[in-house]
Amino acid sequence: MRRQIPLALVFIFGVFMIFQYFVPHESSEWIYEFLLDWIYIIGIFALALGIWSLIRVSVAKIKARKADWEYPVITLAGLFLMILFGFTGYRDGSLGFHFMTAEGLSNPMFRNFFDYIMIPIQSTMFALLAFFIASAAYRAFRARNILASLLLVAALVVMLRFNPYLGPVGTIIADTASWLLNVPNLAAKRAIIIGIGLGMVATALKIILGIERGYMGKG
Amino acid sequence: MNIFDRMMSLDRRWVFLFLAVVCVITYIVDFQIPIRVESEVRTIHEFIDTLKPDEIVFIAIDYDPNALAELHPMCYAVMEHCFRKDLKVIITALSQNGPGMAEQAILDISDSLKLDREYNGILYEGREIRKGVDYAFLGYKPYFALVILGIGQNFRLPFPTDYYGTPLDSIPMMQGVQNYDQVACVVDLSAGNITDAWIAYGQGRFYFPLALGLTGVMGADYYPYLNSGQVFGLMAGLYGAAQYEELADNPGLAKDGMRIQVYAHLVIIFFILIGNVGYFVSRREKKRQGR
Repeated sequence: MRRQIPLALVFIFGVFMIFQYFVPHESSEWIYEFLLDWIYIIGIFALALGIWSLIRVSVAKIKARKADWEYPVITLAGLFLMILFGFTGYRDGSLGFHFMTAEGLSNPMFRNFFDYIMIPIQSTMFALLAFFIASAAYRAFRARNILASLLLVAALVVMLRFNPYLGPVGTIIADTASWLLNVPNLAAKRAIIIGIGLGMVATALKIILGIERGYMGKG
Repeated sequence: MNIFDRMMSLDRRWVFLFLAVVCVITYIVDFQIPIRVESEVRTIHEFIDTLKPDEIVFIAIDYDPNALAELHPMCYAVMEHCFRKDLKVIITALSQNGPGMAEQAILDISDSLKLDREYNGILYEGREIRKGVDYAFLGYKPYFALVILGIGQNFRLPFPTDYYGTPLDSIPMMQGVQNYDQVACVVDLSAGNITDAWIAYGQGRFYFPLALGLTGVMGADYYPYLNSGQVFGLMAGLYGAAQYEELADNPGLAKDGMRIQVYAHLVIIFFILIGNVGYFVSRREKKRQGR
């Protein structure tokens, strides 16, 4: 019974979601909207579970004084500070806790933590990629054989396509880059997308029909 | 080890240093580089440019600060263009840190819009954009695929209130706006797989005109959708943003950034060439010695 109920639920809802896609009737739309609400409700539990899991793992690491135990302290501090700032704000000139309302959004600390900590940290991490890409390109783009040479030429053409200093050659390069993106790239990508799409349909059918049961925790 | 062997195996710190120096110099020295506009960006600009005042453009800010350098300039250019044309804008943010990005963009553009500016020979008088009247910022909701599907039924399903807690029915510009049918187009600015959901669950199901603004590395992945007509325009990376700024005659962050990117790419190409010259000469010498 413990296995049959989830399988039956997946089958019923899976078949219904396929069915309702093709039936724009009022009642099918109503059920569809109702199910969308349910997914949000389930998601809220997942969020709570995620926060609980983060706290548990971090606290265990701090208690056991494992390697780099200082980082979980910062993680927890960040988590609780942002929650605190998000729930405190000014209303009628006085500072207070405001749950379920938007006062926290106007809390300057909520904004400042995002603008002056979050944005620089994430932007810096991404900016570092430029250096690693430069280093990787230098090492990887070697014309060792025909395929590697094709890759190298394609990369050079696409990189040079917006270089304004190449005069009339620049126009030829831009046109070639456009052809590369719109013809060979498109053909390869389209084949991959169609393959993935068919794979998704097959997997969905396997789940709906109960052949694939990995989501129940036991393959 | 001869010079050609060294050219093949430079310490990567030299690459880092050279690139850093070039980036810093091109950042400090102020000059503009000409931008060549491609058709996939022109179609977005033309679409928005030909909309009538009070028509609604839906801008989905689906990126986090890590993609700020490429997508923020795009967001600024498109949003300012919309407001200068007196269009209404609905903004959502379907990535976790998106609301912060959206708010920052709205605040900065509000300041810029207060000034009189001339774009493409037309003078636009400065004005103040009003929350709920000129734009509605609906904020973030999790499960982006469901949000996109939900909006297709009614904006009020995933967003009963806007980001600031105001019920959507109390927002003047949302009066009569039910779903995608009342929206002229959707511009998705994204740095992740939310774009796939906009194509599959949004455009694929509700058939609204969809334009994409993506990071440079994502660009090539979405050309099939451009070719199939599922997407009517595509801006990829800083270059895409710079093209939009060029078309809107509103040079900003992207055109500034392009001079750095062009020279950074030249550095990368220089190192690739060095590596290949070293590789070929070394290989020839080894063959010669083998004989």
